[in-house]
Amino acid sequence: MQERNSTWGGLDWPTIFIYLALVFMGWINIYAAVYSDEHNSILDFTQRYGMQLVWIIFAFALALVILLIDRRVYFVFAYFFYGLALLSLIAALLFGRVVNGAHSWLQFGSVGIQPAEFTKFATILALAKLIGVFNFKILQPSSLLKISIIILLPAFIIILQNDTGSAMVYGALILLLYREGLPNWFMLFLLFMVILFILVIIASNAFILITLFCITILLYLIYGDKQKEAIIYAISTILFGLALYFTLKYLGYKISSTYIILFSMLIGTPLAIAYAFLRRIHFIYYLTIFLVVTTSFSLSVDYGYHKVLPIHQQKRINDLLGIEADPQGWGYNVNQSKIAIGSGGFSGKGFLGGTQTKFNFVPEQSTDFIFCTVGEEWGFIGSSVVLSLFLILILRLIMLAERQRESFARVYGYGVVSILFFHVAVNVGMTIGLFPVIGIPLPFFSYGGSSLWAFTILLFIFIKLDSSR
Amino acid sequence: MQLNITTDKKYIISSIILIVFIVILIKLFLLQIVEQSYKLSASNNVFRYIPQYPARGLVYDRNGDLIVCNQAAYDLMVIKNEVKAFDTVEFASILGISKEQVKASFIQIKRMKGYSPYKPSVFLKQISTKTYAILQEKLYKYPGFDVHPRTLRTYPYKMASHLFGYVGEVDSSIIAKNPYYQLGDYIGVNGLEKSYEKELRGKKGVKIFMVDVHNRIKGSYENGLYDTAAVVGKDIVCTIDAKLQSYGENLMVNKIGSIVAIEPKTGEVLAMISSPIYDPELLVGRNRKNNVKILQSDTLKPIFNRSLMAPYPPGSTFKIVNGLIGLQEGTVYPTTRYGCAGGFPIGRGVGCHIHPSPLAFTQAIQMSCNTYFCYVFRGIIDKPMLGSAEAGFSIWKKHVESFGFGNRLNIDLPNEQRGTVPSVSFYDRYFRKGGWNSLTIISLSIGQGELGATPLQIANLSSIIANRGYYYSPHVVKEIKEFDGIDPKYTTKYTTTIDSTWFDYVVEGMDMAVNGGAGGTALNAALPNIRICGKTGTAQNPHGADHSVFIAFAPKDDPKIAIAVYIENAGFGGTWASPIASLMIEKYLADSISRPDLEKYIQDAVLLDRHAGKK
Ligand SMILES: [Zn+2]
Repeated sequence: MQERNSTWGGLDWPTIFIYLALVFMGWINIYAAVYSDEHNSILDFTQRYGMQLVWIIFAFALALVILLIDRRVYFVFAYFFYGLALLSLIAALLFGRVVNGAHSWLQFGSVGIQPAEFTKFATILALAKLIGVFNFKILQPSSLLKISIIILLPAFIIILQNDTGSAMVYGALILLLYREGLPNWFMLFLLFMVILFILVIIASNAFILITLFCITILLYLIYGDKQKEAIIYAISTILFGLALYFTLKYLGYKISSTYIILFSMLIGTPLAIAYAFLRRIHFIYYLTIFLVVTTSFSLSVDYGYHKVLPIHQQKRINDLLGIEADPQGWGYNVNQSKIAIGSGGFSGKGFLGGTQTKFNFVPEQSTDFIFCTVGEEWGFIGSSVVLSLFLILILRLIMLAERQRESFARVYGYGVVSILFFHVAVNVGMTIGLFPVIGIPLPFFSYGGSSLWAFTILLFIFIKLDSSR
Repeated sequence: MQLNITTDKKYIISSIILIVFIVILIKLFLLQIVEQSYKLSASNNVFRYIPQYPARGLVYDRNGDLIVCNQAAYDLMVIKNEVKAFDTVEFASILGISKEQVKASFIQIKRMKGYSPYKPSVFLKQISTKTYAILQEKLYKYPGFDVHPRTLRTYPYKMASHLFGYVGEVDSSIIAKNPYYQLGDYIGVNGLEKSYEKELRGKKGVKIFMVDVHNRIKGSYENGLYDTAAVVGKDIVCTIDAKLQSYGENLMVNKIGSIVAIEPKTGEVLAMISSPIYDPELLVGRNRKNNVKILQSDTLKPIFNRSLMAPYPPGSTFKIVNGLIGLQEGTVYPTTRYGCAGGFPIGRGVGCHIHPSPLAFTQAIQMSCNTYFCYVFRGIIDKPMLGSAEAGFSIWKKHVESFGFGNRLNIDLPNEQRGTVPSVSFYDRYFRKGGWNSLTIISLSIGQGELGATPLQIANLSSIIANRGYYYSPHVVKEIKEFDGIDPKYTTKYTTTIDSTWFDYVVEGMDMAVNGGAGGTALNAALPNIRICGKTGTAQNPHGADHSVFIAFAPKDDPKIAIAVYIENAGFGGTWASPIASLMIEKYLADSISRPDLEKYIQDAVLLDRHAGKK
C-alpha cells in the first residue's frame, strides 16, 4: 500500500502528459500519412495506423509494468539487461531478417523486433551503474576504458548489422559524459573536429593543411610567450615549402602541393620538439600534438570519405553540403521531404489535406519521415508545437535528472536526455536538410512497435527512478 | 567547487540543446514561410498536365481548292500495370501487326524516357481510322489500352510534296531549343510545313489532373476550371495553282529536273515542280521514317527539291543578262553587229552553231549566238575607261547580283540555295592576282563556267524580263487566314541596275526566238493566241549529257506567267524544255490544250536512261 502511494504520488505528470500528447500526435499523423479513400477507418488493422494503435496500447501496458516493478531491479539487473541486449543484437546479426540492407530484425511470428532500439536503455543503465558508483573518477584511464567498452560494444555490433545510423546514436552519450566530468576543452576540441570534418569534405587538402598550420601559429601567438621564435618558425617553414615547390617544378617533377605542404610542416616538427625540450616550454608540445593529431585526422577523414565510405553515404553528405545536387537520385528523399514541409506554409494544408505525403512522394513517410506530414498538414505552427513539446520534455528531463539524489538516477536521466535529443535533432534535421539521412526514427511519432516501446521503456524507467528518489 | 562546475554544465548542456532547436526552427521558418519555391515544386509533383493537341491549319491553293488537310489518327496508349493477360494473336491481327511486334512494343516502351508502368505510354503510333473502328469495339477486352486522338496530314491532290514538306515528331534537340515542344508533339520538318510551323501548328491546350507519385491519375483538378482548350492552327492560302502544279508534275513524268512558274507582277509562285516527285502520303504516319530512308537511298534523289537546291549553270539564258549589262554600260548598242564564223576566234575560242551572220543585238538573242555575247562580255570586262579586268568584272558582278543571282531570293521555304557568282578574289585565288582577264573567264558570257543558279533564280530572271526590270521575292503563301497580310518582304519591289528601256530589245529578241520564223531557237513553243517570249539554254553538264533549259513569259505585253524549265541531261533547250514551258503557259492562261499530240509526246517521253548511261 505504501509502495503504491509512493509510485503514483511521485510521478512527474507533466512529463507523462507530454509523452501522451506526442504519442497521440504521432498516431494521427501516421493516419494522415497512410490515409487513402479505400481504407479510411481509423481502426483498420490492415493499415499502419491500425497497427500503431495496437503498439500504443502495448506501450501503455509496458509503461504500467515498468512503474510497478521495484526501482532497485533496474540498478541490480543493469548489467544483466545490458548483456541480454548484446545477445539479442548478436542474434539479430546472425539470424535476423534483412530490412533495407540491415541485419537488424528478429522475427517472432508476425511481430518483428529491432533489438538495436532496446539496447539504448540497457546501455544507459549499464553506464549509470558504472558511473554512479561512489567516488567514480571519470578521467582515470581505467574508467574511460570501461565507459568506452560499454558504449562502443553495442555500437560496433550495430555497425556490423549494417545500420550505421542507429550506431551513431551512441555518440550522443558524449553529453552524458560531459555532464559527468569530461572537461570543457575536450568538448571544444570535439566541436573543432566536427568543423574540421566538414571542411575536409568541402575544401581541398592543401587548404586544410595551411589552415591548420595557421591556427597552430595563431594559438602560439595568443597563448605562447616567445612570439619571435614562432614567427621565425612560421616564415622558415613557408620559405622551405616554397623553395621545395619551385625546386621540384624546376626539376620537372609533378608532385601534389598537398605533399609538399605536408612535408614542409612535418620537417619542422622535430625541430620544434627539440627546441621545446631544450627551453622546457611545454606549450610547444601541446601545439605539436595538436598539429599532428588534426593533420592526421584530416588526412584520414579525407581518405575514409573518398575511399572507404560507401558511395550512398558519400552522396548523401555531398547532397547535404551542397557539393552535388541530385534531386532525383541521392537527394530524392530530402528534396521531396523539403517540398512536403515547405509547401505546408504557415498554418499547413489541414488534417488529411497533405498532397505530398498522401500521394506517396515522400518515402518512408510513416517511419523516418513522419515529420513531413506534420510540416505539410500543420504548417510552421504545427512543426513548432511538436518541436516545443520535445524541447520542453528534454529540458524538464534535465531538471529532473539534476534533482536526483543518487548519481545512478542522474546519469540515467542524462542518458535519456542525450538519446532523445539526438533522435529528435537528427530526425527533424534530416527531413529539412540539416543533417544527412541516416534513417533513425522520431521518438514516439514514427510508426513501429520496436521504436515506440523502446522509447517508452527508456522514458518510463527514468520516471520510475524519479518518482521514488 | 565540484558542485559549482556541474551545475554550470547543466546550463551549458541546456544551452546546446536550446541552440540546436532554435537552428531547426529557423530552418523550418525559412523552408515553410520565406521560401516559396517548395510550394511550386509541390504542385508540379501533384499536377499532371495532359496536352490537348490542336488540328493543324489547312492549306488551300490560289483558287480555293483544299490541297493539304487533316485526317484523324489514333495513338494506342497502354498503362502497363493495368494490362491483364490477353489474346495477343487476336490483338495483333486487329492492329495489323505481328504477334512478335506486340511483344517488341512492350519491351520498347520500357526503354522510353520517362517510362512509368502507371502512366500511359505510346504502344503503337498513328493507327488509321479504319483500324481504330475495329479496335474500338473490342477495346473492352484489353484493359490498360486506350487511344489518344491525333491528326495526321492527308493530300487530296497528292502533289507538290517538295513544296509542302512534311510533319514529323519532335526530337530531343528540338525540345532543347524550343520549350513549346514536348515529347510526342508534331512539327513541320520541311517545306511550307516548316516555314509556316508557327501559324499552322495552332496552340496546344492543357488538361490538369491530380496524380500520385506513381503518376496514377486521381481526378481532374477543380473540375477542369484551369484547363485550356487547344487553338486550331491557322489556314493558309498558297500561291500555287493546283491544276497547273499537277499538270506540270504530269508532264515531268520520267524526266528529271524542275519547273518553276511565277506571276511576275507579284512574285507569287504558281507552280514549283521538282522531278522525280514522290507521293506525299509516304511521309505520313507510322511508316514515315522508313519511307524517308527508302527515298533517300534512291539514286534519282526524289526527296531533293531541285527547284531550290540544285545550282545548275544557267547556260544561254544568261546571255540575256550579259546583253542587258552591255547595253547599260554602253559597251554594246542595239545596232552593234558582230560577225560569227562558227565561233569566237580569240583565246581558247568558243564554238557556235550555224546561223546567218553578222547579227545585231535582238537577232543575237533570237538565234542565241555565242560569238556575239563573247564580244559583249569582253566589252564589259575590258571597258577602256575602267582600266582593269578586275574593275570591269566588279561592275559586271554588281549588275548580275541585282538580278538575284548569287544570293537567296528569300522564298518562304527552307533550304534555298544561293547559287554562285564568282568574285574577283575567287579568280585571284584560282589563277593568281592579275593572272586572268576577260578571255580566261569567257565561258561566263554564255552562262557556263563558275556560274550556278537554281531553277527558282532562273524563273525569277524570266519574271524580271517580263516586268522589264524589277521583281518581287518569289513566295508561296498568298494569305494566312485571320492574320493581316503576308510578310512585307514579299511586297517589296526589287529593281535591277538596268534601265527598263534596255529590256525592250531583250523582249524583242525573245519574242523572235519563239515567233520570229527562220533562225528562232524555240519555234516549237509558239502558240497562235498567246504571245510567248522565250529563250533557250543548254547547260553544259560535266557529269553527263547537257541539261535542257528554257525560260519564257507570256503574254508579251501583259505578262501573267514567267517560267523556267530545266530538264536534266535532255540536251538542247529547244528540244524538251521549250515545249514543256509552252504547254504550261497554255494550261495556265487558256486552261485547255490545243496541241494534244505535243502533250502526249511530252508525257510519253522517257529521259531517264541518258542520266543513267552518262556520256
Ligand atoms: Zn554565232
